[in-house]
Formats: sequence, C-alpha cells, structure tokens
Amino acid sequence: MSSDPRRHEALIDALGAELTPVRRLLPPWLRTLGWLLAVVAIAAGLLMRYGDQPMLRRWAGAPDLAWAAAGAVFTAVCAAWCAFVLGVPGRSRAWAWLPVPGLLLWIGASGLGCLRTWLAPDTDIATLHQSVDCLVFIISFSVPLSILMVWLLRRACPLRPALTAVMVGLASAAASASLLEICHNFDAAATDLLTHALAVAIVVGVNVAMGGRLLSRH
Amino acid sequence: MPLLTAGGSWVIDDGLPSPSDRPFTVSVEAASPSEQAERQRAAWMAAAQAGDRRAYERVLASSLSLIRSVARRQGVPVDSIDDVVQETLLTVHRVRHTYDPTRSFDAWLAAIASRRAIDALRSQGRRGRREVHDEFALDQHPDRDDASAEGEREQQALRLRDAIAELPPGQREAVEQLGLKEQTLAEAAALTGRNTGALKVNLHRALKALRGRMHGEP
Repeated sequence: MSSDPRRHEALIDALGAELTPVRRLLPPWLRTLGWLLAVVAIAAGLLMRYGDQPMLRRWAGAPDLAWAAAGAVFTAVCAAWCAFVLGVPGRSRAWAWLPVPGLLLWIGASGLGCLRTWLAPDTDIATLHQSVDCLVFIISFSVPLSILMVWLLRRACPLRPALTAVMVGLASAAASASLLEICHNFDAAATDLLTHALAVAIVVGVNVAMGGRLLSRH
Repeated sequence: MPLLTAGGSWVIDDGLPSPSDRPFTVSVEAASPSEQAERQRAAWMAAAQAGDRRAYERVLASSLSLIRSVARRQGVPVDSIDDVVQETLLTVHRVRHTYDPTRSFDAWLAAIASRRAIDALRSQGRRGRREVHDEFALDQHPDRDDASAEGEREQQALRLRDAIAELPPGQREAVEQLGLKEQTLAEAAALTGRNTGALKVNLHRALKALRGRMHGEP
C-alpha cells in the first residue's frame, strides 16, 4: 500500500472524536506496594496462627536459612516491582535484571543449607511426603498472588508479555516461599530444595503459559 | 525524586539508571529544537489524557514521522509502514493512560511503535510461510472449477459470516452498513445514530479482527 496521509488523518480525526479523559496508571512502586500489602496481610495471618518463635529458633540454629528467606523476600519485592515497570511502554528491559541478586542469594543460601545437611546428616530432614506439602503450599499461595498481580496489571500495557509473566510468576513463587518460612519445620535438605525449585518452576511456567496470554491483549 | 543537575536541569527519576530508560529531563535553560518539540508533544499528550481533543490530534499528527522511522529501523517493508502507523495510533489510543508526563513521550511512543512493527513482521512471516512461492504452482495445480472448489468457497463464505456474527455489536454494525450494504459514512451514521468517527474506528477494528480470524491468527 502506498503512503496515504489522508488515511492517517482520517484515523486521527476518528480517534480524536472518540477521546475521553483517562485516569493515569498509578506509578509502578505504588502498585508494587499494593500487592505487597496483600502478602504482608497473609504473613500476619500466618504469624498469628503459628507465632514467630519456631521460625526464629530455626534461623538461630541455621543462619543460612535466614539468608535464604531474606533472598526470597528480596526476590519477591524486586520481581513484583519489575513486573509493574515492564507494564509501562518505554521502560528499559534492563529492569528484568533487578530480581537477580535476590534470586542468587535465595538459591545460594538454600544450596549452602543442603551442603551443611550432607556434612551433618543428623538434622531434621523433610520426608518426601512433607516435601509434597511444601509444593502444595507454594503453589496454592502463588495462585491467588499471581491472579492479584495480573489483575493489578489489567490497565497496564506490557509490551513484553512473556517476560512480564515470568516476573509475575517469580514474584508470586518467591512470596509464597517466604510465607512458607513462617510455618516450615524443616532444614534445607536436597529434597526440600528440589521441591521448592520445582514449585517455583511450575508457578513461573503456568504464568508464562496463561498470564502471558492474558497480558498480551495489547 | 527531583534533582537539580549541574546543567541547571530538573531530572525526575524513581528507578534504575540505564541507557534506554533515562528519566525525562526538563531543562530550565534553552533546549535544542528537538528537545523543545518533544516537550511540546509530552505537554500535548498530558492535555490529551485530560480530554483535550485538539492537543490529542496534534500529538498524534506530530508522532507520524517518529513511528515511520521506528518501523523502518525495525526492517518493516516500505509498503507495510503505513499499516504499522495505523496499528500504532490505535494502540496509543487504547493505552494512552499509561503515559507518564514526567517521562519521555518519544521513548513511550517508540516502544509501542517498535512492538507493532515486530507484530507486522511476524504476521508477514507467517503469511509468507503459508503462501506457495512457486511460479509453476499455478500450472501444476490449475484451479479446477469442480464441486470441491465450489464447496470450499461456500465454506469460506460461511466462516466469514460466522466471524462477522461474532464481532462486538458496534463493529458488526459498521461492517454490515459500510462493507456489506456499501452505504456511505453519512448514510450509515444517519441510520445507526453513531458519529462517523466511531463508525470508522469500529470498521477498522472489525477488519483487523476478521483478517486475524480468516488467516487463523489470534
């Protein structure tokens, strides 16, 4: 089709005729805060139910678990922020690196925990059945958190829907793993670490498959 | 947080620095003509978000050259550039609430145009794979006007009728009045009670949806 300025003029005219005032998208940090409030509310509920003593005792006995938990929290915050930033056109893809340090801390500290368990094998290690409970916990908390984030992104325009969906999945899985810390009674054994990794992979994968489609309608 | 830089410019930023994610700089001193033009576009877009039709039409008209240059840079063939311009204008209209007036308008627009250019290239690639590029193909497979060809034509007409029936009411009305009954815009407007602008936008959207449907695209 040859260049036809009248075609563009006509469309601009038509779009102008349809123009209505719009409410601007809230800044990414504010929407991140909104999502984190939901996570904090769930954490408060779990703390009321289980108390903070078991968690603090475990962290005192195995500081690498506390580091892993800090890494998971940091990953959740950064991945959520990144998801909301990627929903605004014109923002750099480099934001996708933001959750990486937290992720490295989370994986690294959990891995160290595994090594320690191999060196001192008489610590309390989760059985396969208990690991499945962890898997169910992470996935069942990730589902509402992912849905909430996709809902908060409904007015956004993620031009990279798959990358945004990865961030939504990562944020939800990391937040769920952080919540699990409150009522988790086991040391970071290889079975447990594998279960967590599997849960995170499932949550991210499902988000890419389903959330990506939801987010790509623009 | 706003900062006053050594050059006497206000820099508004809330995130990480990166080459393509620079905050929009509003210079207190005299800016170059291109900076002034961009600032003007940003101001028009901000006014458009509040419902100012004149500002909106101006910002869209002054965006055409940037959209074209982004499409060319992405490698869109010359004969498809106008289609990318149209798609970008429609997307801008849909997501105009995502523009943050404290940031660069050109970066926001270029990101949307770039996405639409990539979509155009992808859809051309898909069409190219489906089509047979063999000049002897016609001789080898002459279009025999037999029962099967007739049946196929009927099937296609049926698919098109179904696709039109599934369009949202406004778009279906536009296709029926302007496309099938071949009314003029004024006649269709008088008949449907909608303004011509809305009819044109609805027809454009309907054709896009039908094209996607008939070519098996999402």
